[in-house]
Amino acid sequence: MKEVSTTPPELVIPSGADPLLTVEHLTMRFGGLVAIDDVSFSAGKGEITAIIGPNGAGKTTLFNCITGFYTPTVGRLTLTARGEEYLLERMDGFRIAQKAHVARTFQNIRLFSEMSVLENLIVAQHNELMRASGFTVTGLFGLGGYRKKEKEAADLARYWLDKVNLTHLADINAGNLPYGDQRRLEIARAMCIKPTILCLDEPAAGLNPKESSELNKLLIYIKDEHDIGLLLIEHDMSVVMEISDHVVVLDYGSKISDGTPLYVRSDPNVIRAYLGEDEDEALPPEVAADIAKDFDPENREGV
Amino acid sequence: MNQSNNNTTAIDFKALLKESGIAALVALGLAIVLVGFKTVDTPTGMDITTRWVWVVVAVASVFVGRLAFAVRRESKASRAPVHVDMKAKENRAAIIVNRFSTIGGPLFIGFALVLPFMPFADRYVVDVATYVLIYVMLGWGLNIVVGLAGLLDLGYVAFYAVGAYSYALFAAYFDLSFWVCLPLAGLCAAGFGVLLGFPVLRLRGDYLAIVTLGFGEIIRVILLNWYEFTGGPDGLSGIPRPSFFGLELKRTAAEGEQTFHQFFNLDYSTMHRLIFLYYLILILALLTNFFTIRIRKMPIGRAWEALREDEIACRSLGINPTNTKLTAFALGAMFAGFAGSFFATRQAFISPESFTFIESAVILAIVVLGGMGSQVGVAIAAVLLIGGTELFRGLEEFRMLAFGGLMVAIMVWKPRGLLAHREPTIKLHPNGAPPPIKQAATEGGVK
Ligand SMILES: Nc1ncnc2c1ncn2[C@@H]1O[C@H](COP(=O)(O)OP(=O)(O)OP(=O)(O)O)[C@@H](O)[C@H]1O
Ligand SMILES: [Mg+2]
Repeated sequence: MKEVSTTPPELVIPSGADPLLTVEHLTMRFGGLVAIDDVSFSAGKGEITAIIGPNGAGKTTLFNCITGFYTPTVGRLTLTARGEEYLLERMDGFRIAQKAHVARTFQNIRLFSEMSVLENLIVAQHNELMRASGFTVTGLFGLGGYRKKEKEAADLARYWLDKVNLTHLADINAGNLPYGDQRRLEIARAMCIKPTILCLDEPAAGLNPKESSELNKLLIYIKDEHDIGLLLIEHDMSVVMEISDHVVVLDYGSKISDGTPLYVRSDPNVIRAYLGEDEDEALPPEVAADIAKDFDPENREGV
Repeated sequence: MNQSNNNTTAIDFKALLKESGIAALVALGLAIVLVGFKTVDTPTGMDITTRWVWVVVAVASVFVGRLAFAVRRESKASRAPVHVDMKAKENRAAIIVNRFSTIGGPLFIGFALVLPFMPFADRYVVDVATYVLIYVMLGWGLNIVVGLAGLLDLGYVAFYAVGAYSYALFAAYFDLSFWVCLPLAGLCAAGFGVLLGFPVLRLRGDYLAIVTLGFGEIIRVILLNWYEFTGGPDGLSGIPRPSFFGLELKRTAAEGEQTFHQFFNLDYSTMHRLIFLYYLILILALLTNFFTIRIRKMPIGRAWEALREDEIACRSLGINPTNTKLTAFALGAMFAGFAGSFFATRQAFISPESFTFIESAVILAIVVLGGMGSQVGVAIAAVLLIGGTELFRGLEEFRMLAFGGLMVAIMVWKPRGLLAHREPTIKLHPNGAPPPIKQAATEGGVK
């Protein structure tokens, strides 16, 4: 089940030309449990790479390894961006965001709920502001251009508030926002660290169809206008098929498929994983076609 | 009791009775041991007498009180609208607190400034006010650690002790003046803050509280046992008084120097020194206050609050939690150090007895009752708790009961503290009135 079936050349994934993040032989063990088992893939700049897989497949764990919340048991994570190369598995959790500018959101939203929406976005620019305030010493006395920098930070926040339609709610507590708004605010906050790569853990979870389609537009906008890479964990196949350029499929911690959405959709490994393994029994062709249809978004063209 | 409930048919009377019964049972258990027995001195030694009437009174009042409380709660709940408009409630709170801070704050400071010259301000009043201000300052200092950074510190008094002993020891061994020792004491305390900060950085909540509590006790035990250096339980005495720009506040000056009253051509009065000390602590406290107000708007202040809200999210944004927590510990400790050296110079005598756990608890109570993070709230809580217990001095052994009662009352009335509302440190729409309508719904607006 683990070997990837031979890939028709026209369906081979485009990245690799400009790899932003390269994951090599990543393994993460928790005691006896192997949450990620020898996973390798790469994610490109200006691409949306979707990570999909059933519940408990290890998607969030993969994110936690990339963003430094877990130290991988084995493996190498290389991020190449802005002319630098970072070995993420060797960096402290917060340094990955600070130095390599890897941004993320969380499966269960983690906002600073008792702080205002705008403050959430200002806190995200902490390191720059800290420098501008002379590590608080000069800033405390109003010296050293801290005011100006704070204004710039507010402008960047304003920009992202406009993008996520939250400008009019900027001064209320983040915890008082409706659920959908909180999801978008978390994305805006992540963008305020000026990321090289943005990792989104199920950003569409709990959104209604309208909010979900707005979110897709936002993600496409971020990809096109800001020229960063996006890693996206998503359960909704129509979203994945619609907006992603590259799909990596995990199952029980192993990578079972990797390629364009069109390719992954028809990969028997993926279909089997999603349907549940019925021994070695091959899928009846009409069932396979049915499942493939489920994966399909409105536009039948695929990618 | 029975009749009072007949009209409220919607209430499950049986459940209420049961609830009150359980409360009464707990009260019985406590009352038998605490109230039921009393030791009395007799010519032949100690004797125990019983006071069953008191036990009955205590249990009955708990039962009746609990029942009344529950009935009131239930009838309120059955009448209350299903949907409480939290937003409107919060807005109202915001307006009240804002008005209070903008008007109340300056009024408060103004009153504090003229207090010593009020007609009623005798020795006792100025002395109590000075005492209250020490706690206001300690409350504001601890507020940085607990209110802003959200680190529950139960050993804050240790830094107060470090400040006090630093001054006393510097003065005793190196003959340094108060004004030189004040910053040194602050630095020493901040150093201890970092020292404590390191091992506890990874701890959260209860664990942090326990370790800080232990730290507070360690400091006290060291002060108690290092007899050669700290004087042990005898403490240190003869701590020098501060001078007023080089002028001593004494009856007679040393050779070739002038005293305060000689310089200003006043008659000598011990009130001068009291008033001077009062203003000194007022300035120190206000300094703490302005520092806190200002640093809240600095990146570090916002990072403290963010850390209190969600440490994991902070890490995902590249905030170094270690450094951020350490600065909170160090700065909070520094202000305790300042307050400590003031305490030493005011008392002229310190001993480990002044730095027991109960002090930490009182300071923490001030912060929590005031509303975590609220400057005005902390000041009010300090006045209520410290000033209040001074007022209740006449009640003698019931004083602590009044203290506890006050705390319970505040917590029932305002569970999040007196002034819990928090103003954002930066606003996009500073003049209120956000744009009237939601953004033009190009892609379908916000729901
Ligand atoms: N800190 C941890 N300690 C022990 N086991 C863990 C830990 N984190 C994750 N796991 C385990 O690793 C496996 C993968 O979990 P993970 O959260 O990555 O799944 P997921 O793909 O994100 O699932 P979902 O779609 O439900 O979010 C699960 O079996 C989980 O129990
Ligand atoms: Mg997950």
